[in-house]
Order: sequence, then structure tokens, then C-alpha cells
Amino acid sequence: MNSELASIIESLIFTAESALSTDRICELLNEFDREDIKAALKDTVAYYHGRGGGFELVEVAGGWQFRTRPAFHSYITRHIKTRIAKFSQSALETLAIVAYRQPITRAEVEHLRGVDCGGVLKSLLEKHLVRILGKKDIPGRPLIYGTSKEFLEIFGLKDLKSLPTLREIQALDAVPQYERQEELQLEPEKAIPTESDLPFV
Amino acid sequence: MKAEAHGHRDEHLPLLDGFHEQYSVHLDKFDGPMDLLLHLIKKNELDICDISIAVITRQYLEFIKLMKDLNLEVAGDFLVMAATLLLIKSRQLLPLDEQEEPELEEDPRAELVRRLLEYQQYKEAGMVIGARALLGREVFVRNASEPVLAAAQSAEGPLEVSLFELVEAFRVLLQRIPLESFHDVAPGDSLSIADCINEILSLLQEQDTIQFDDLVREECTRERIIVTFLALLELSRLKLIRIFQGNGHGSIWFVPAVAADSSEVDLT
Repeated sequence: MNSELASIIESLIFTAESALSTDRICELLNEFDREDIKAALKDTVAYYHGRGGGFELVEVAGGWQFRTRPAFHSYITRHIKTRIAKFSQSALETLAIVAYRQPITRAEVEHLRGVDCGGVLKSLLEKHLVRILGKKDIPGRPLIYGTSKEFLEIFGLKDLKSLPTLREIQALDAVPQYERQEELQLEPEKAIPTESDLPFV
Repeated sequence: MKAEAHGHRDEHLPLLDGFHEQYSVHLDKFDGPMDLLLHLIKKNELDICDISIAVITRQYLEFIKLMKDLNLEVAGDFLVMAATLLLIKSRQLLPLDEQEEPELEEDPRAELVRRLLEYQQYKEAGMVIGARALLGREVFVRNASEPVLAAAQSAEGPLEVSLFELVEAFRVLLQRIPLESFHDVAPGDSLSIADCINEILSLLQEQDTIQFDDLVREECTRERIIVTFLALLELSRLKLIRIFQGNGHGSIWFVPAVAADSSEVDLT
């Protein structure tokens, strides 16, 4: 990590209020080549990873951000109040169903879980983890739900594709085998370059 | 309902010793009828695709009976599942209609099994995502400061806080008080709720907003905190204050309801 470009990018990300997307960085640094910026980003990620320090450069919710390494959370919480309470099992289940099956209506979530989910969905909405995508064109025009950008940020996910697939989760306690994986439908504007788009991978 | 489960369990402890070991440990754990069914299947070491409806239904109904014995309100969802189980069992008992083509006759359990498998998948997925390093819990960013009031009042507007959040904040406060506080026998200045209400109202005249934490920071007696909490509830009941909360589980703030209204009037 010795190129000037990498240092410039580092300074941008360091001072940004929230995660900075590759597009935004390219826009800010229009005198540089997009490919060079991507390469410099990759170098910077590798540099911080290799350094093994207290924080790393990670890609979340389609942007780049410095985040502390999870191993040190018990020290950090000594001086920083945590904002997130523990999620209840029902909240996590509901969130998982919305994340994997979006767009989904409340009735569909309730059918899967076998219980009333109004309260859970409401609290997920209030926490901005779930958002209303619109109304479904069926009788009653029920609301359809999906996960939000905050969901990706809080759960440290690059995009919806980086959620572990249901098959992977099932395989956790089964014999590993190669199978076609189902991919989540991704909105086109949310599609962001993955690592494989970066050169020299 | 979950909190009730604990209370009643203690009361009935001697009566329900037998049950206690078998079931009550899990009372607060079940997250609906699907969850309970999965637990019963696992406990009986049954194959999820080939469950014995008779065994499961009996245990399921016993569980519902136990919930009733404990005076818990049995949620309708649990009863719907009970009815479904009984329906499946009765279908199994009925002789097949010979006029119908045999291949059309699906195993009556199939639909339930599909739902169970699907539910199990999402239950596990929920555990997997819940085990991730979460922002604000295990992972932090540079600007991890508490969102200030300005942020809370941003474009999205203040989040009205639920009673639950308020109670949670109260619980956190109570935890902060050291347990070993000695009783002060001196004729203390015992605080009435009315006094506390006046105090809060006068504070709100000086400053537009108060943070819940600030209200009870200096004097940390249990009595003080409880009276403050009751005063706040009373104030919100009388619609004299509005309560809202910053992002997620941020600080809880109070604003005078009247002032907020008059400022809106000024704008128009």
C-alpha cells in the first residue's frame, strides 16, 4: 500500500460519515481511472487485513467502511454504549424469512411461522431493518416487505447475495456436497461490483 | 405471556414437579406452534418426514393443557395447529375413498411436513444471521457515537417510543443502581409523584428536551427512579409530554407536547 491513490482513497473513507461506495469514490476522484481505484481499494483492504490491527476496511451495504474487528468488542463496549439489544428468536426468524423470501407479505410470513407476526414486523420496521416495498396486486392489496440498507449495514453484509444460502445453512450439519445454489433476486440498481470484478483476483 | 410463564411457574412449583422437569423449562422458549412441533419431533427422535401423528398430537395437546393449567392464555395459533393435527389424524383413520384415484390421494401429513421443513430452514437461517458480528454489538465504526437529538429528528421524523422501550430503559436504569444500598432511616425527603411531575415540567420550561438518563443521573436511589418513571407515565397519559427515541435503541427523549404543538401553529 504505497501508491498515492490508495492513500487518497484511505483518507476519503476515513473521513466519510457512512460507508462510501465505489461509485461515489470514482465520482470524487474523477481524475483517476476506475480500474486503478478498484485496484487501490483491493490493495488497501489487503493491507489492513494483513496488518491484523484493531480495525479493517470492509465492504458493507455496497460501500467501504473501516470497522473494528469483532474480537475486540468486549474492550470497546467498556467505553461505548451499545445500541443494539439482543434479537429475540422470533425477530431473527422473521428477519430471515423476509431476507430470503422478499418481497413477501405479512400473511406469507405468518404462514411460514405459524404465528401472528404483526408485532415483530412492526418492531423490525421501527428499527429500519425491514422496509415496505409496496403493495401486492392481489385482493386486499397487502403491504409487501423487504430488508433495508440498514439491515445490510448492521449485519455486515456486502449485499443480499452475500447472505449464506439456505442450502449452505442446511449443509452446516450435513455432509458437504456440491449443489446448485439458489440465488436471491437482486434489484439491478443494488448490483455492485463483487470481488471477482476486481482485477488480479 | 412469557413473563407470566415465569411467575405462575414459581407459584405452582410444588404441584407441578412432574411437569416441571418435562416441560416448563421450555415454556418461555417456544415461539409458536411450529417451534413446539419441531421440539416434540426432536425430543421423540422422529424423522421429520415420517412423524407419528398420534404421538405428536397427544404431546402437543398435553402441552396446551399445561398452558391452560398455568393460566396462560393459549394463543389461537396454537389451537389452529391442534385442529390441523387432529384433522390429519382423522384423515389417516378414514378408509380411502375407492372411487377416487389412488394416486391423487396424498399423504395427509405432506402439507404439514413441507411447512415444518421450511420453518426449520428459516429458524436455522435466523440463528445463523443472529450469530453474525453485528454493528453496534461486536463491530464498531469510527463515528459510533450515540445519535443525537438532531439525528433523531431528521427527515424521517421522531420515532414514537413504545411503552416496551420505556420499560426497558427503566430496567436498565434500575440495574445501574448498586444493590447494596443501605436504608436511610433519617426522615428522608420522601418524594411524591406530584412533586416529580412539577419538577419535570419546570425542567422542560428551561430546556426543550430532556433525556431519560439525565433525569435520574444525580440521585440514584431506587425510589427516586421509580417515582420519576411513574411521573413520566402520568405526564404522557395526560398528554403533557411526548416521548420519543433516537435510532433503534438510542436514548429516550421527552419534549413538552404543548410546545411542539404551538411551534407547529407558528409555522402556519
